[in-house]
Amino acid sequence: MNTSTFFEGLVHEDRVHRSIYTDAAIFEREMTHIFGAVWVYLAHESQIPKNDDFVTARLGLRPLIVTRDSQGKIHALYNRCTHRGARVCRTERGNARTFQCAYHGWTYFNTGKLRGVPWPEGYACDFKDAQFNLAQVPRVESYRGFIFGTLNLDAPSLKDYLGKITGPIDEWLDRHPGGKVEVREANRLKYKGNWKLAYDNAADGYHVVFSHRSLLEMENRMQEDPTKGMSFYMGKPDEAPMYVQYFGRGHHFKDKRPNVQKRPGALWELEAAHPGMEAFESRIKQKLGEKAGRALDLAAAVPVNINVFPNLSILGNHIQLFQPLAVDETDTTWYATVVVDEAGELGGAADEVNALRLRTQEAFPNFGEVDDAANFEEIQRGLAACEDEWVYMHRGLGIAGRVRTEPDGSLKAPATDEVFMREHMKEWKRLMASEPRISVLR
Amino acid sequence: MSYVDETFYAELVRDFSAWPDGEIGDSGTREKCRMVLHREARLLDQGRFEDWLAMYAAQCVYWVPATPGGDPRREVAVAFDDRRRLEDRVYRLRTGHAWSQAPASRTARLVSNIEVFPHSDDSVMVRSSFLLSEWRVGDKQLWSGWCGHRLSYRGGRYEIEVRQVNLIDCDQNLRNPSILL
Repeated sequence: MNTSTFFEGLVHEDRVHRSIYTDAAIFEREMTHIFGAVWVYLAHESQIPKNDDFVTARLGLRPLIVTRDSQGKIHALYNRCTHRGARVCRTERGNARTFQCAYHGWTYFNTGKLRGVPWPEGYACDFKDAQFNLAQVPRVESYRGFIFGTLNLDAPSLKDYLGKITGPIDEWLDRHPGGKVEVREANRLKYKGNWKLAYDNAADGYHVVFSHRSLLEMENRMQEDPTKGMSFYMGKPDEAPMYVQYFGRGHHFKDKRPNVQKRPGALWELEAAHPGMEAFESRIKQKLGEKAGRALDLAAAVPVNINVFPNLSILGNHIQLFQPLAVDETDTTWYATVVVDEAGELGGAADEVNALRLRTQEAFPNFGEVDDAANFEEIQRGLAACEDEWVYMHRGLGIAGRVRTEPDGSLKAPATDEVFMREHMKEWKRLMASEPRISVLR
Repeated sequence: MSYVDETFYAELVRDFSAWPDGEIGDSGTREKCRMVLHREARLLDQGRFEDWLAMYAAQCVYWVPATPGGDPRREVAVAFDDRRRLEDRVYRLRTGHAWSQAPASRTARLVSNIEVFPHSDDSVMVRSSFLLSEWRVGDKQLWSGWCGHRLSYRGGRYEIEVRQVNLIDCDQNLRNPSILL
């Protein structure tokens, strides 16, 4: 059987085979044919703001050091000594011009270039030869602060790869002063399950009132009628104005903003109770008067999910990274973001906005994501039933008029449809059956 | 109402960034504090979350920093609950629909190395180490680290004003951090 036929057999129009979540050989192939072939999110520029800053990351399973060199250029170096393979950098972040391997002392600049080895006279080779430099990701590009890398020399430019998902990303950034955010630590979670379970969930509007029932009940416990948080999913979510949109290349967007009134302060009113809410809201109103609405909305989660295949999800105010570790183990890291107000657009209230915004961002990882992760783990357990081969994702399929093709070629459907899953699975299948031209730079 | 404001944050960060050296001399106070910490651990292991909440002051904080000693004004925390959010947390666990705790974890806590330091006329700072063994749905995992408590003597008993839980792996990815630590 050829490769293409094999993957055709695993991804059907309405369902996928369990083995794409459970088979270690398929996982290993994903690490090259998916994570080696497309642009993969690595880190945010605000994690390495100064020259010589670094942060460790991964490209698939490959350990990386993302550095900003002394000239300010960003590199994604393999964290693997050219000599014998040990990781040369063992701290997760810092500032360093060089990295010295703790095993035999080979030392590299933060550009990847070999600086020197102990007692070179014992070698017959020329260490100026680039083959001794650290390997690095040959193509590293940023889109408005988001650093991506790819090993695939035939991949399109990052901007072309992102395509129309840049529209929602731009809108997400442009609601902030100066059109930018900074990362301030993270809620770091882990589950024993395949990484795609998180990506399949990323635009899923069908699970919300079930998986997050406890969150909805908690957030609305003081309300007569539920109006807080994601309560707009209750009732008849199929008919709500929110929608899911598929942009191609595995990227999708769930936009819940149409459920919310378009006026300053409306997002803030959706927020349930958070520590410091009363005091900081009143400080912001004191400082900004009638203009407080916009500032308070910046402390509130914006109801969008912007998913960039295969490992990035921008949602609420979070930048979420999906990190596969094994076929049945995944880290999801929810980086919190804050506003930076260099031009004073927020009238000196940025600290108050951030003091609130940090607390609002703790809510979903604490009271929502843990329940999703428990459900992902239960899928992984359930999929051990090997004769029961199929996983369904056919909600909305075959219902006339349900999925519409927009003038720009994107697909739009009710937020509770699984069309986005079917589409990213088609892309997954295409990539798994293709042969990317992978290489490293030295 | 939340009582968390700029002053509250500033006092919290001050109290939990500089730990004094000398323990208080009064062994009776030390013993009372030890009993508070042991009772807290037992109530949590027994799943008596409402009784546990009753040990906390009306103005309290349950705080699990995401970096050692992280400032909650400048970075997100694993958990940062004022009284209202702590009640939310218990409320959610009691809905029966918090799938990360359905079925609930079984836990066993060891609290040790308790040291009591002076703070004010009617309050003390307490440091302790903990090991928390958790079993849930076929898997066992271990949580460990140290706790800082600020206890205040009010109405004839020590109330918990602040509990800071410092996990040794607070800045690493955690599996199902849905239990009360």
